[in-house]
Amino acid sequence: MFPTPLEKTSRRWQISYQVLLPLMLIIWLLPLIAVANFSIKPEADFVNGNYWGIPSSFDAFSNYGKVFFESNMPRYLWNSLFITIPTVIGAVALSCMAGFALGIYKFRSNLLIFFIFIAGNFVPFQILMVPVRDLTVNMNLYDTKTGLVLFHIAFQTGFCTLFMRNFIRALPFPLIEAARVEGISEWRIFLFVVLPLMKPALAALAVLIFTFIWNDYFWAVVLTQGPTAQPVTAGITEFNSQFRAAYHLMSAGSIVAALPPVAMFFLMQKHFIAGLTLGAVK
Amino acid sequence: MHSILKTSLAALVAAGVTASPAAADGHALSGELNIISDMSNPAPRAVMEGMVEDFDALHPELEVNLTIVDREAWKTQIRNALGANPPDVVNWYAANRMRPYVDAGLFADISDLWAEPEFEALSSTKGAMTLDGAQWGVPYTYYQWGVYYRKDIFEEYGLNEPSNWDEEKANCQTLLDNGVKCYTIGTKFLWTAGGWFDYINSRTNGYDFHVALARGEIEWTDDRVRQTFANWRELIDMGAFIDDHQTYSWQEALPFMVNGEAASYLMGNFSVAAFRDGGLTDDQLDFYQFPVINPDVDYAEDAPTDTFHIASGAQNMDAAKEFLRFVTSADVQTEINSGSGLGQLPVNANASIDDDKFLKEGFDMLSGNAGGGIMQFFDRDFDAEMASVGMEGLQEFMVFPDNLDDILGRLEETRQRIYN
Amino acid sequence: MATAAPTRSWYKRNEIAITPWLFLLPAMIFFAVYVIIPIGQSFWISLHDWDGLGEKTWVGTANYERLLGIGDQNMDRKFTVSFWNNLKWLILYLLAIPAGLFIALFLNQTVTGIRFYKSMFFFPFVISQVVVGLVFSWFYLPREGLLNAVLAVFGAGPVNILGDPTLATYGIIAAGLWPQTAYCMILYLTGLNAVDPEQVEAARLDGAKGHKMLWYVILPQLKPATFIAFVVTIIGALRSFDLISVMTNGGPFGSTRVLSFYMFEESLSEFGFRMGYGAAIAVVLFFLMLGFITYFLYSMYRDEKGAH
Repeated sequence: MFPTPLEKTSRRWQISYQVLLPLMLIIWLLPLIAVANFSIKPEADFVNGNYWGIPSSFDAFSNYGKVFFESNMPRYLWNSLFITIPTVIGAVALSCMAGFALGIYKFRSNLLIFFIFIAGNFVPFQILMVPVRDLTVNMNLYDTKTGLVLFHIAFQTGFCTLFMRNFIRALPFPLIEAARVEGISEWRIFLFVVLPLMKPALAALAVLIFTFIWNDYFWAVVLTQGPTAQPVTAGITEFNSQFRAAYHLMSAGSIVAALPPVAMFFLMQKHFIAGLTLGAVK
Repeated sequence: MHSILKTSLAALVAAGVTASPAAADGHALSGELNIISDMSNPAPRAVMEGMVEDFDALHPELEVNLTIVDREAWKTQIRNALGANPPDVVNWYAANRMRPYVDAGLFADISDLWAEPEFEALSSTKGAMTLDGAQWGVPYTYYQWGVYYRKDIFEEYGLNEPSNWDEEKANCQTLLDNGVKCYTIGTKFLWTAGGWFDYINSRTNGYDFHVALARGEIEWTDDRVRQTFANWRELIDMGAFIDDHQTYSWQEALPFMVNGEAASYLMGNFSVAAFRDGGLTDDQLDFYQFPVINPDVDYAEDAPTDTFHIASGAQNMDAAKEFLRFVTSADVQTEINSGSGLGQLPVNANASIDDDKFLKEGFDMLSGNAGGGIMQFFDRDFDAEMASVGMEGLQEFMVFPDNLDDILGRLEETRQRIYN
Repeated sequence: MATAAPTRSWYKRNEIAITPWLFLLPAMIFFAVYVIIPIGQSFWISLHDWDGLGEKTWVGTANYERLLGIGDQNMDRKFTVSFWNNLKWLILYLLAIPAGLFIALFLNQTVTGIRFYKSMFFFPFVISQVVVGLVFSWFYLPREGLLNAVLAVFGAGPVNILGDPTLATYGIIAAGLWPQTAYCMILYLTGLNAVDPEQVEAARLDGAKGHKMLWYVILPQLKPATFIAFVVTIIGALRSFDLISVMTNGGPFGSTRVLSFYMFEESLSEFGFRMGYGAAIAVVLFFLMLGFITYFLYSMYRDEKGAH
């Protein structure tokens, strides 16, 4: 193990490590601690210049209450949910199939198609922006959740296919051959042999895509415009202009907006990290 | 506010609306009327919602759907909204800002509406709504610009409202000597600097010159333009503006004045509500017209007009036109522009102005002391691309006045590309 | 029956050849419509003058000429600024890799509660960049910001990071490094887990320790993690849009623009709608990225070949 395990180091380093660890964490998370602090402060603190100190009174209930009952926030959260979940389902479904095709079968353009999926995944958003916006407008899907979902599914398919294909590659191939010998048709092999083995990959991808899509800002700005369809990331900036310089409310709103992916991360940590670090280990 | 609006509406129903074509035909308006409004700040939002509610109540068969979009966001979103599946009625701005939508055929020509006798009362704003000889929308409010200042601070240091540039600078020097900044401003979103340019340029070179510059007929490197910047620079070199203004939005710059760190703010009248929200009383807050710089030119004033338009792809044209008649009618104009509503100036000559000292002063100024002409504001008078490059240059000038040559060279390059 | 049998057997006969295409079809259609074809369309649009509403006017390479200053015109200043800022982003963003490695090494211990620490250190990555941008812009506030409060303790400052054209871009990059470092950290933590303990022990017996051990024994084994960290960091650096839009909106006076932001501004912002010009910027950005994409793909191709 590297670096040297703590128990084999000097007593002094052991103690300093135990002290350093929480200290580093506090410094690392200082920005977040500050927002959390902002979100429970009364407005008066900001007027009086008490930005970073201890709140003069505990106003979390009134701040979060305002976010939930006197702003469009619930609406935006709802939109985010209805954009994110269909995207996760769609992208995972499409890429399962594509990954299966690319991972199991040998045909001439296999690698080429695979590489096109990867390359597309790296492309800068801006080169897609104008045509995709036009397409969405022409399909009458501008400013709808559907328009956003369709694009997200398509774009995420690149990354997901890369992920799925590599995962399927690593499955024991004899299993599939055995099934073929049994005379099981190909789509049944997919459904009953391969899919059950892919559960960990499905979980990892699902949490990952959930986070990516939830946090998307760029496409939300390009393809939607108001509280009817915009997700919470874009909604926060409206919040920003509605209560300009109302730091306490913006902080509370930010925390509410950040909560779902954070919860997702803590609940599904193992899968999340497995998804992110795919390929980091040989 | 609602109940007042409702009573005045009852009168309106009896008098005006029954005579309107839709109702005169004997069939009531029906179907849906979709409106997208950018009146997203709290007070305007309430006005808009109240107005729609009342219009809805007048037409029981009609279903009125209102979407309120963030005012800043709407500026970029209107294109998409008008392009596909357009609503019936939208908010926008007068003058050159209508140009792209008129050229693209997205706004409906409503000259027929303007030909109706009731619209005589709106004639003062007709010019701002006219492009290519036709009218493309109706105004619903306008407001004056000018210097809002802390009367109590002025009194403390024995200052009076300045009427010319020397007095303005002398006042400013006194304030600075006492540790108070003369002007607060937040230029993060650039347009606030446009207001300063409009005023100093039109006061230095006159309205006609300003308009010619906006039309791209004059070089940015012209000596007269340089004179404008030289005048502006006098204030900058004095340290008249608050520090770090490039980091603040216009709202974030408000506290400087509320706290008394700065004494005045060149702004539109919509800021009065914000000042009052911030805790300033009418005893502390006052207004003066931007002072004379060049005695040979007449006063020109920024008085931007906000508008309603009908999308050319509107599904319910009758209802949309009826809504525009409703919005511009004298009673509704009186009501929505009152102090408890928008707190701005009504566009209908038969409407009455709210009993508010700023509105009265603004109205008197615009009707009696703006002989030079009315400007719509930098970003509405100039071509869009010119305005964006221009305002960025203005912001840079306010922070680094020494870069002026470079800035003007860049603006001139842009002007030549756009207008040639 | 007689006609149905041959059809079925044709499918049966070709099942292995047809199935992959059936499985690929939905993904390929989606990907083609929303990703592949739009790339071509952007190229096409970049050869036109178009306001996004009316007809496109063919202008040939005029947009590129203006962008790059070909002929008797200066290179577009906004483009130059954006391009240099993109380079700053690319180079400085890579700091996330050593920083991530450092934190990963620090956390790669087995004390109680270390799992909690690891997830808390990873936390910033899960948060939307919009929120990160807001938080950092408060941190940098010229008068009330925590940064200036801290600087004041040391008798320095105050600075207005986001209001100073020479500093603003660095301020935004610093904000971006926060979540990106967390990402690299988690990659390295996973990588460190898989480091072969026997090799480490063997090296230790040979007297290797500290940075020598790190450089000659550990890092080579972390190569896959480093590769991925490099890929995601480069992509992240070139996609830097959210933070700029939230923190400075490109200002002060355009000094924090990058190509992705400039492109958006030209095409879709309040005073924009020069779609042709915007598309030309996007094409330049695309070619910049294409260099990296080719490198990534080549590395992966090599691995693929090596695997068989």
